[in-house]
Amino acid sequence: MSLFTVVALLLIGALVPLLTERFGRAINTLCTMIAPAIGFIYVCSLIDNVTSGERIVEYIEWIPLVGLTLSMHLDGLALMFALLILGIGLLIILYASYYLSDKEAVGRFYSYLILFMTAMLSIVLSNNVLQMWMAWEVTSISSFLLISYWGQKSESRKGARMALTITGAGGLALLAGLLLIGQVVGSYELSVILASGDLLTHHNLYPVMLILVLLGAFTKSAQFPFHFWLPHAMAAPTPVSAYLHSATMVKAGIFLMARFYPVLAGTDMWFLIVTSAGLITLLLGAYVALFKHDLKGLLAYSTISHLGLITLLLGLDTKLAAVAALFHIMNHAVFKASLFMAAGIIDHESGTRDMRKLNGLWRFMPYTATLAMVAAASMAGVPLFNGFLSKEMFLAETLHQHAFGFLSWMIPVLATLAGIFSVAYSMRFIHDVFFNGDPIDLPKTPHEPPRFMKVPIEILVVLCIAVGIFPAFMVGDFLATAALSVLRVEELPYYSLSIWHGFNLPLLMSAIAIVGGLIVYAYRNHLYRFQSQFMETDAKHIFEGAVQRIVNNASRLYAMFDTGSLQRYVAALLTFTIILIAQPLFGFQNAFSIERMQPISGIEITAAVIMCLAAIATVVFHRQRLMALIAISVVGLIVSVSFARLSAPDLALTQLSVEVATVILLMLALFFLPKKTPSESAPSRVVRDLGIAAALGGLVATINYIFITQPLASISEFYLANSKTGGGGTNAVNVILVDFRGLDTLGEILVLGIAALGIFKLMARIKLAMPTTDVRGRPWSTDRHPVILSMISQGLLPLALLVSFYIFLRGHNLPGGGFIAGLITSIAIIQQYIAHGVEWVKPRIKVDYQNFIAFGVLIAAFTGIASWGFGYPFMTTWFDYFDIPVIGEIELASALIFDLGVYLTVVGSTLLILAHLGKLSTPERPKVES
Amino acid sequence: MELVYVICVGVLTFSGIFLCLRGRTFPVVVGLTMLGYAVNMFLFSSGRLHLNGAAVLGKAEQYADPLPQALVLTAIVIGFAMIAFVVILSMRARADLGSDFVDGREPPDTSKMIDKKRGQA
Repeated sequence: MSLFTVVALLLIGALVPLLTERFGRAINTLCTMIAPAIGFIYVCSLIDNVTSGERIVEYIEWIPLVGLTLSMHLDGLALMFALLILGIGLLIILYASYYLSDKEAVGRFYSYLILFMTAMLSIVLSNNVLQMWMAWEVTSISSFLLISYWGQKSESRKGARMALTITGAGGLALLAGLLLIGQVVGSYELSVILASGDLLTHHNLYPVMLILVLLGAFTKSAQFPFHFWLPHAMAAPTPVSAYLHSATMVKAGIFLMARFYPVLAGTDMWFLIVTSAGLITLLLGAYVALFKHDLKGLLAYSTISHLGLITLLLGLDTKLAAVAALFHIMNHAVFKASLFMAAGIIDHESGTRDMRKLNGLWRFMPYTATLAMVAAASMAGVPLFNGFLSKEMFLAETLHQHAFGFLSWMIPVLATLAGIFSVAYSMRFIHDVFFNGDPIDLPKTPHEPPRFMKVPIEILVVLCIAVGIFPAFMVGDFLATAALSVLRVEELPYYSLSIWHGFNLPLLMSAIAIVGGLIVYAYRNHLYRFQSQFMETDAKHIFEGAVQRIVNNASRLYAMFDTGSLQRYVAALLTFTIILIAQPLFGFQNAFSIERMQPISGIEITAAVIMCLAAIATVVFHRQRLMALIAISVVGLIVSVSFARLSAPDLALTQLSVEVATVILLMLALFFLPKKTPSESAPSRVVRDLGIAAALGGLVATINYIFITQPLASISEFYLANSKTGGGGTNAVNVILVDFRGLDTLGEILVLGIAALGIFKLMARIKLAMPTTDVRGRPWSTDRHPVILSMISQGLLPLALLVSFYIFLRGHNLPGGGFIAGLITSIAIIQQYIAHGVEWVKPRIKVDYQNFIAFGVLIAAFTGIASWGFGYPFMTTWFDYFDIPVIGEIELASALIFDLGVYLTVVGSTLLILAHLGKLSTPERPKVES
Repeated sequence: MELVYVICVGVLTFSGIFLCLRGRTFPVVVGLTMLGYAVNMFLFSSGRLHLNGAAVLGKAEQYADPLPQALVLTAIVIGFAMIAFVVILSMRARADLGSDFVDGREPPDTSKMIDKKRGQA
């Protein structure tokens, strides 16, 4: 067994209830309890080790490269929380088995509950703060799932959403805080952080870190001003309220403050913020609780108040205050969980939680009433019960602090005031519900609950009394260990856990609280009347309203950007690009280092002038689309000529053949699209676009000039040196394509094939109106296939195929290769389509172009794979020279087969695109497939 | 020569970008084609400009850089496939949506223009 195993076991345990649900409620409950029970026993077995001062640490290397380890530890604080989580969790599972009705999906409920238990346990056991944060977020999510368990109710959904929003937002703040802490300390390991001493409190960013971490803690622990989500979380089933929203999850924030107490506390800022938040929460919760008619509402505000009390204690500047805080965490968990469960029984057996209807239940359920009364007395801080001890310590500590300077006397006074209200609402819980006349039209006649439903409460109430009477025996060691791990000191200051400390000021304050509370309760009707003058505000409405407003504003903002106009998007994107590109250029000095410039002659200047004029003409005539097409084809032609001039014959050949294919493609498209572009751009838009285009053109030219004039250090020396010896070809460009970077080429032909197939798919089912006239309304020529063209092209076909075969074969050693040969073949065949029409070609070329693509890619891939067969890595080339009579020496290379694959893919893709597009304009258009 | 070359690249980029910002599909396709030329030339020039230095062993004293050439070669072919895809997409859009405007719907503020176009069709 290890700590990791416990958490892993629980995680698996979350699935158990779903699997065993079909075997009935009893078996399901028992099976669900197995994992937590094993965990509980294991943690109990470690109590001795931990109380004797050992700190159990476990590591699992997760991603060691980036310093991420999973790590768990168990010290006093973690032990205390782990026992609370697992112990109370077990009782809650038992209780829920009776609480939920037979019709409800208890499997899902248990599953969420165990999930929560896993997460909560991971929080307290985590020795890595990021891991702790993950678990922290999972508790928020599982809390959301549990609150919304009765999702059919609107209040459940709203309460769940509110809880998730508040605690989730706090979680994000916490993450930011933890990341900052991790950066400052240099480690995310809790043990390292806690050992960093004053590093954090003396750091410049301390206020930021503190506030971020406290935001996380305050939202989770429902501290003012984030307390409002907790009462709405009471829409959850009562076991959830007892477990998550009073005993454990809301204590996660407190846990966090206690955990970081050694490194974050001790500054004025900590005391001021934490003390004020705690004090306000304590008072507000205690006061509001008295006016809640809903039983669970009363307990919810009481929980808020007690959480405030613990926070206040952590904010006080004494070590004993921290001890008292830990003690109260335990005591509160015990008595509040039992109170919630009692409230659940009352709700369950009488059908309502309204204290205006619930009266005199003593007669119907005396046993439950006794249990509830003990727990409520503990909550009020009556002697002999556990709540009294920690409250006494609390009152004693309020007397010894100076956080508010000269105004510090306010704290004990306000604490006593809160004590008065606390006694009053506890009194109300006892007197209003169990005595005070007869019940008023209850939906059901109340009676005692099933036997085992009371067991969890009994256990907790026994604990209340036992701790209350024999505190040192019950929890002495335990508390001391926890306090040592929080304070991180060698020795604790002296304190005594006993009922009687003699007559002193705290005892007097307790007495005032009890007497005052009874008086307040007796005159409560006056207070109710006073309170009824205030407008009732519902946090739910305020919150939902705020959410609505945020959503509306966000939608409006979004609508401003997302106008659905592609032109605007592109313009915005380009403007941003201009800024990004231009910005570094400003700082660039001596950019133009003059290398050896190439000489220029009249031919180049002429070509450049023609190209620029043609490009400008394309822009000027872009609304007369045919003109634009002619102009751009001139540009393409000059581009291929420049490639030829600039020592790139392969590129020139490719560009030339692609140029032909592109022009045919655009001509075909133009047949179906409008022949003219309407003039619809506003002058301002034209100016804007000209500006963007000019800026980008200028920038691209500048950058190009900068690098073109820099000395070149290329890796190509390698390719040139090894082209013949390693690849067996003298045309380095082709050898790179089919050999050195063959895998790239394989990917590229695959893309080509996919694009062609995508186009093929787009063309299926296309519904295009075929125009019968040209742009001026003249009918198309009836002479679709001029005789001279058909005759010449027919004669040219074998020639063209021969040329392409020649280009293909010589590619390895001279300009050429699969790409170029494929394009030439395609154009030769397309020419037949143009000259003769689809009707003529179709019966003569009976091939499926898709198969071409498939075969091409497969051949290329298998050539690569074949080298495995000879024990070489993927795509190793093989070549050799053979002497064949008559023809002479020839070279055979596996690269040639690869190039064949390229060739077939190019032919297949090009023809698939052009031929099918062409077919659309004829009666042979592809049939709509199913 | 370098200066003339980059001016050409700049002019092609300018024309391409301007056409890409138009509202109808056909000019955008033409613009993309133009931009494709500019990009290919830009990439090609990263191997610097050479005269009479084709990278065929034994045919020149100083070879041009073959690597950018190989990359641009495939870029040209893939560029063609991309242009073809956009062309078919724009045809399909016109067929399905009844408009060749890039947003898939007529611009809201040019109702007059639409009428004019209908008159032509």
